[in-house]
Amino acid sequence: MLLISCPNCGPRDETEFHYGGQAHVAYPENPNDLNDREWAEYLFYRDNTKGNFAERWVHSTGCRKWFNMLRDTVTYDIKAVYKMGEPRPDLTNEAISPEGASK
Amino acid sequence: MSADHLPEHPDFLWRNPEPKSSYDAVIVGGGGHGLATAYFLAKNHGMTNIAVLEKGWLAGGNMARNTTIIRSNYLWDESAAIYEHALKLWEVLPEELEYDFLFSQRGVMNLAHTLGDVRESIRRVGANKLNGVDAEWLDPQQVKELCPILNISDNIRYPVMGATYQPRAGIAKHDHVAWAFARKCDEMGVDIIQNCEVQGFVKDGNRVVGVKTNRGTINTEKVGLAAAGHSSVLAEMAGFRLPIQSHPLQALVSELHEPVHPTVVMSNHVHVYVSQAHKGELVMGAGVDSYNGYGQRGSFHVIEHQMAAAVELFPIFARAHVLRTWGGIVDTTMDASPIIGTTPVENMFVNCGWGTGGFKGTPAAGLTFAHTIATGAPHELNKPFALERFETGALIDEHGAAAVAH
Repeated sequence: MLLISCPNCGPRDETEFHYGGQAHVAYPENPNDLNDREWAEYLFYRDNTKGNFAERWVHSTGCRKWFNMLRDTVTYDIKAVYKMGEPRPDLTNEAISPEGASK
Repeated sequence: MSADHLPEHPDFLWRNPEPKSSYDAVIVGGGGHGLATAYFLAKNHGMTNIAVLEKGWLAGGNMARNTTIIRSNYLWDESAAIYEHALKLWEVLPEELEYDFLFSQRGVMNLAHTLGDVRESIRRVGANKLNGVDAEWLDPQQVKELCPILNISDNIRYPVMGATYQPRAGIAKHDHVAWAFARKCDEMGVDIIQNCEVQGFVKDGNRVVGVKTNRGTINTEKVGLAAAGHSSVLAEMAGFRLPIQSHPLQALVSELHEPVHPTVVMSNHVHVYVSQAHKGELVMGAGVDSYNGYGQRGSFHVIEHQMAAAVELFPIFARAHVLRTWGGIVDTTMDASPIIGTTPVENMFVNCGWGTGGFKGTPAAGLTFAHTIATGAPHELNKPFALERFETGALIDEHGAAAVAH
């Protein structure tokens, strides 16, 4: 089970959270201009990264707030937890290890 | 005991050839689907100068990790057609492959626990019958007669209100299925190349002309991807995207028991599916872990949840023990239906998106994918399962309609 550090509540069991899939997928700016191919991309296509993946989680049984997480999809190591609206952390130089991060 | 007393090692069922410098077609993925595809390419289309590339050992991915359930009681016409075709092939394959892989048509029961379940189930039985799929609706007493160890009393949280039943469904020995296909492929001249990892593709413009591997570059006219959970990784190497998400799917077995469970029981609502393997272990599975993952393992609370469901439905299982749990990587689509067809790259074809239900589809995946690769156009059965459906909107939405959640 993952031990996830909620930015508001601290480390909690995975069972308190729900998964929201890939993070940073913006609603199309001009929806009326999209063709079928572009709509398909927005609705059905998501990255399926093997490695570090930015994803959304919600603390359903805690603060009920959404947040973002950077997690390795092979080792399941949580690399970073950050707030909605913040950019994806750059891990190229340093490994960010939040309190309570777990395999 | 000394080594002298051990029996002779049996002959290998297939060769381990070095890759040639070129093939007419290369299949990426040496699991059930890849091997079945190679088999039908050789048998139905006369293509024997082909290779199956497997990065690990033969059938060591989801083919070694599934719960071996075979059924065809899907709701929608397109699904019923392809899964029922697969079931008909399962019925003749042991003879055709000259290998008894213990296909046991012991029936599959899908339990209903709510009024919504009951209505959905009866509707699905009707739809199945119209599509020539054997199906019946059982009341709780009939459920009990078929599977006496099931608790049908109303002292549980979600009492059994009935079930759909497909008598021709069942289980098979998954490893033996792979070995049966592999042996026949080998006999027909197909090269099965293990420990051969694909690391990239060679393209001439938008046309694939070769495969880069850890054992050198292999030229080929056609490439078929049959890599399940790793399909997105391969597609990215080839320069296109697939609408799939890879998730861990876990299963477990108990220690060996006397035969107590005569059929296969699946419950979507309390979410567990259970059968008893030929050897005697109880085999259980349920839904995927919620997060994306390539780790071939998942979280323990998922196992705990499916065992709780199993013990509620089968009180005698409370005395059994978990012997082993494991995970595979399943490639899920948004409509819980597979993708079999062409790709944006010329001469490259894809068979993926089978999610949690790929084992039962193995023969039909092989048949239709081989047809697609050999002729460049889909077979009648896989036409609806093209990648384009996500653009046209012609989805085959088996979520909640396929008897169990995928």
